[in-house]
Amino acid sequence: MASTIRVRAVSSGDITEVQALIQHPMDSGYVKDAKGQLIPPHFIDQLVFEHGGKNVLVANWGPAVAKDPYIKFSFKGAKKGDDLKISWVDNKGATDSTIAKIQ
Amino acid sequence: MTADNGFRATRRLVLQGAGLVALAGLGNVALDVAPAQAAAADKYPGKAFTLKGDTDAIQALYGKTTEASDKIALDVPEIAENGAVVPISATTTLANVTSIAFLVSENPNALAAYYQIPESTLPNVSNRVKMAKTTKVTAIVESGGKLYSATKEVKVTVGGCGG
Repeated sequence: MASTIRVRAVSSGDITEVQALIQHPMDSGYVKDAKGQLIPPHFIDQLVFEHGGKNVLVANWGPAVAKDPYIKFSFKGAKKGDDLKISWVDNKGATDSTIAKIQ
Repeated sequence: MTADNGFRATRRLVLQGAGLVALAGLGNVALDVAPAQAAAADKYPGKAFTLKGDTDAIQALYGKTTEASDKIALDVPEIAENGAVVPISATTTLANVTSIAFLVSENPNALAAYYQIPESTLPNVSNRVKMAKTTKVTAIVESGGKLYSATKEVKVTVGGCGG
């Protein structure tokens, strides 16, 4: 299966800018479907970015994060060609991860 | 008699064999579980995400109160036509930032996202959140163990939390 995570990490000087887009329904538990039934909550709890064995960002998300979430942040200390590991886990225990090369 | 003994021996061997297979199976399961636990480094603050108002969520997340700061730049649209996808971001000039959180006051659960910021990461995060209706949005920055906040109002034309 294709990965649910799309990442772009670009290094310029000492700073690496990371943008990630994840495919996930992020159902809040407050929205009703066409039959008027509540769609149960289904969202990503935690998203972790790792570089060189250390976390560079831990995102804790609630159901208010928009569908197919997008995130942008920057960190220091990485070089071009380094690996950046991204992994998420959702409230139903599903998980996915990928490794991106810093450009 | 000899035939009987032979049968028993075979039966015992078969049972022992089955036992070994079962044990080996258990071993595999245990090994699979271990890496999953190791990966969960930071605990998810589940309770804070279920509370209704700003104040309760902040209390559950940090256990302290915030003070307003002009050193936080909270970037939100003035009017959001679609409450299901509202881009918001925060950046700050405060030093020693360890976390940034976003709260949407009028949502059923105020806390939207909470980012743990390690030392090497810049205190600048962008993401997209849902808003039920016109609401105050607050960014909270934890800097040197203290909490600072910035608040702005977003007018929402179509809510993003269903009817």
